[in-house]
Amino acid sequence: MPKRATTPENADDGRVNTGDPVIELRGATKRFRSSGGGVHTAVRDLNMTVRPGEFVAVVGPTGCGKSTTLSLVSGLEPASEGDALVHGRPVDGIPDGVGYMFQTDAVLPWRTVLDNVATGPRYRGAGKREARERAREWVERVGLAGFEGYFPHQLSGGMRKRVALAQTLVNEPSVLLMDEPFSALDVQTRGLMQDELLRLWSGSGAAVVFVTHDLEEALVLADRVVVMTAGPATIKSTFAVPLERPRDAEEVRLTAEFLDVYREVWESLREEVQITRERGAGNAA
Amino acid sequence: MPRESETAQAARPAAAGKAVRPAGAPGAADDSAAIARMRSAGLRRRLGVNGVRVLLVAAWLGSWELAARNWIDPFYYSMPSKIWDRLAGWFTDGTSQGSIWEQISYTLQEAVAGFVLGAAGGVVLGIVLGRSRYLSDVCAPFIKAVNAIPRIILASLFVIWFGLGMESKIATAFVLVFFAVFFNAFQGAREVDRNLVNNARILGAGRMQVLWTIVVPSATSWILASLHSAFGFAIIGAIVGEYSGADKGLGLLINHSQGTFDSAGIYAGMIIITVLALLAEWLLTVVEGRLLRWRPPAAGADPQI
Repeated sequence: MPKRATTPENADDGRVNTGDPVIELRGATKRFRSSGGGVHTAVRDLNMTVRPGEFVAVVGPTGCGKSTTLSLVSGLEPASEGDALVHGRPVDGIPDGVGYMFQTDAVLPWRTVLDNVATGPRYRGAGKREARERAREWVERVGLAGFEGYFPHQLSGGMRKRVALAQTLVNEPSVLLMDEPFSALDVQTRGLMQDELLRLWSGSGAAVVFVTHDLEEALVLADRVVVMTAGPATIKSTFAVPLERPRDAEEVRLTAEFLDVYREVWESLREEVQITRERGAGNAA
Repeated sequence: MPRESETAQAARPAAAGKAVRPAGAPGAADDSAAIARMRSAGLRRRLGVNGVRVLLVAAWLGSWELAARNWIDPFYYSMPSKIWDRLAGWFTDGTSQGSIWEQISYTLQEAVAGFVLGAAGGVVLGIVLGRSRYLSDVCAPFIKAVNAIPRIILASLFVIWFGLGMESKIATAFVLVFFAVFFNAFQGAREVDRNLVNNARILGAGRMQVLWTIVVPSATSWILASLHSAFGFAIIGAIVGEYSGADKGLGLLINHSQGTFDSAGIYAGMIIITVLALLAEWLLTVVEGRLLRWRPPAAGADPQI
């Protein structure tokens, strides 16, 4: 039976995973000034810890503030209240060791595949030759060997995601934040990319926070699934995913264990989706 | 990545045509026949377009010549044969102001100097203000006001300030070019994809690195677009400057033709300037093509326009 923890406070208590948390959110709240002049609370009172090497998926209704959670951890947006800690230090600017894969394409359209992947090392002071050497290795690892000289517009959507993945991983992040990175891909390519991600992540020891609205994707990938409430989002409940690794992204979703845990998490997520839908209907009326 | 190999193939420009059907399959002959048909259709179309162009020019010049010989007064309206004679005369015997090449080189130097200085100034200030909300807020009303001035009038002022030499014309070309480039560079720097900037910051870029590797390349296509019209402005600036007072240049030549009621001379000057502007335009297009190699070709774009 899946191990279950219904409140965020005791979410980590039952886990055997040791080591200091790499990511900690303590009562983190983020407010934005909305265009109407009012205040829009994106997330409120977030409490969450992620340990080294842990793969956490965050699911919630569309537009609930899942991405904001990642901006707090990455330092792109400061928290309005509460704390965000990475490697035990409060986030102030971009913390060391953080990688972030965005929902939309963020590869540089004017650079070739190789130079795109070499971007990170170049920024961090590596020489041109060294940066390219490291980039070449990662281009190969994400399966793009032979495409080093191509510009992004000459590649398919899936291949551009591979470039983005290599661009992020070449910096060898210890914290990998992913914001619905595969949501724009067709179903088959998405399955393929999920497999690629698991293959590249295994053994890297990186902690991953993977935001998605697709529960199936969350369960295929993660050790732990965090369900968020309808906006303003906070953590509703956390579920452990008791599926063996290594997993085959295409096969694992057909197993009975998968369906069991899916049903259980969906039970929790459905209420929030329902609330969001009703609000949407209210706005549309 | 076996499952993606098809897309990969399609992305290879050289293999694009072949990836669809294995070699030697029935229908390969059909394909080559179809390609040949398409080629010859394209050739015919190009010939047709150029033929109609030649016809249009011939009809225009012919009717002008005919009208000037029979009905209208060539003293006012001139005629193609007279303009041709004037051009030929300028290039063989020289102009009233001296060698035609000297006039051309003089005007060209002024235009190019004004263009380079104006473009550089416009790009730098445009990018700086485009990236700094505070500075752009402070400067906005002044820039709007200066832009509202009919800048061509400044040519008169510059003649008083800088005299009859090249400097006053360069200054006129500069102000015209500067604003054309500035607004585009400003817009380009402002419209940089936030996603790209955030990605660069996460990857470890500092402020200057974001500027050089993200903002400047993003704004390049905006800036290059403005340079096309900017070179035209540079020539206008140089000519108008020469008009307001000069001792050499094509503008002076045209001004002199006006003074002697030589309408053929005005037309001849116009033609020389047009050729210069077209050459510059061609050069800029070559540069643009090199700098923007990374851009996808626009769908259905007609290279003629």
